[in-house]
Amino acid sequence: MKKIAAIVLSCAALSGAFLAPVFAQEAPEVLVKGVTLEVVDLITKDKEIKSGNRAKLIEVIEAKVLPHFNFGAMTALAMGQNWAKASPEQKKLLTEQFKTLLVRTYASALAAYSEQKFDFRPLRAKPTDTDVTVNVRVIQPGAQPVTIDYSMEKSAHGWKVYDVMVGGVSLVANYRTEFANTVRSSGIDGLIKDLQTKNKSLEKGAKK
Amino acid sequence: MKRPVIRLLLLLLAGLGGCASTGEDGDPRDPLEGFNRGVYRFNDEFDQWVATPVAKVYKKALHQEIRSRVGNFFSNFQDIFIGVNNFLQGKFADGVNDWARFAFNSTFGLLGIHDVASEWGLEKHNEDFGQTFGRWGAPSGPYLVLPFLGSSTVRDGIGTGFDYYFAPLGEVRPIELRNTLYGLYLVNTRADLLDASRILEEAALDRYVFQRDAFLQRRRSLIYDGNAPREKLE
Repeated sequence: MKKIAAIVLSCAALSGAFLAPVFAQEAPEVLVKGVTLEVVDLITKDKEIKSGNRAKLIEVIEAKVLPHFNFGAMTALAMGQNWAKASPEQKKLLTEQFKTLLVRTYASALAAYSEQKFDFRPLRAKPTDTDVTVNVRVIQPGAQPVTIDYSMEKSAHGWKVYDVMVGGVSLVANYRTEFANTVRSSGIDGLIKDLQTKNKSLEKGAKK
Repeated sequence: MKRPVIRLLLLLLAGLGGCASTGEDGDPRDPLEGFNRGVYRFNDEFDQWVATPVAKVYKKALHQEIRSRVGNFFSNFQDIFIGVNNFLQGKFADGVNDWARFAFNSTFGLLGIHDVASEWGLEKHNEDFGQTFGRWGAPSGPYLVLPFLGSSTVRDGIGTGFDYYFAPLGEVRPIELRNTLYGLYLVNTRADLLDASRILEEAALDRYVFQRDAFLQRRRSLIYDGNAPREKLE
């Protein structure tokens, strides 16, 4: 018995060493399912979060969800043509503020809908694809299921989400007009300021 | 009924107010933006001072379980015309599914308060006349904000007219009962959307634009039954 265990272990160690780069690339739909279930499990069991502790919920999201998002790409997509006109410093600030706003929105959505059932759809993509959409459906009785589609791109550090579509509404596309309007009327710095003001007011609201 | 007249008046008033203030960004999908923003502001005031407070009280008073039964009851009636619209769009299997839902839920589901059909694998669909017209190739026309009803387009507004005209609820007599049911339906629906509207408020920089763009994206997705060709962002 021990011998077999030793062989299995050494094989595992060996293949681990050789295959690590392959295994590090967890399949995108497996990743989405794992993260969703883990986070929903965490927040439904945590008494503080259930009773409305938003700061703690955001902590969970930052630790578990954020590493799988590419906020730079999301901000660039939402900015469209204006992205090229932004300085590196502006790009950094924009990405930071947009990320904060999205995390807050995501936290509210999770707090409101975490009690629902999820249906994880099989991935329709070729193994060689580097840009895929992972479909999840939120089941609710008496209504059409809500679809959540994660657009994901393969990177050196695993699959990263660059857009989320809820019920067919792309989050990134939805900010495009708002961003373009603000940039047109008050420039990129104006947009950064607007985002900062928005985030500050939300922070105040959460502390109440 | 005098209500249509009042509605029209309010629409005009709100519209005039909106036209006076110009915040034109010249979105080609929204040539009536000035007018729309006026109606939007009116709806927003109505929602803030009447609809939301009523919905909040309702939500506090009734347990989630009961509210969900109320929702199911109304949702069940809608399956009839969801089916009709699926037939009109040539999706016969879906139409049969919707009518089977209505048959099962009305009987085994006790007048629809239990959505047994979903549990048996008959999925709820989302269809209306606006989507049918879209499927037939009708362009959406300019974006339109309707008083009380909110986001729409010229095509979808006409579709909504058809939806209401055929709504089984409209046939209910006596009138008092019909009106009570309408009221219950509206309050229950608003209560269901309290979380969603709070999230919208948090997410948007300019709520009017955010809501408009989300609505237009959503309608496009619905017409393609969730498989709209992706608009490539670059």
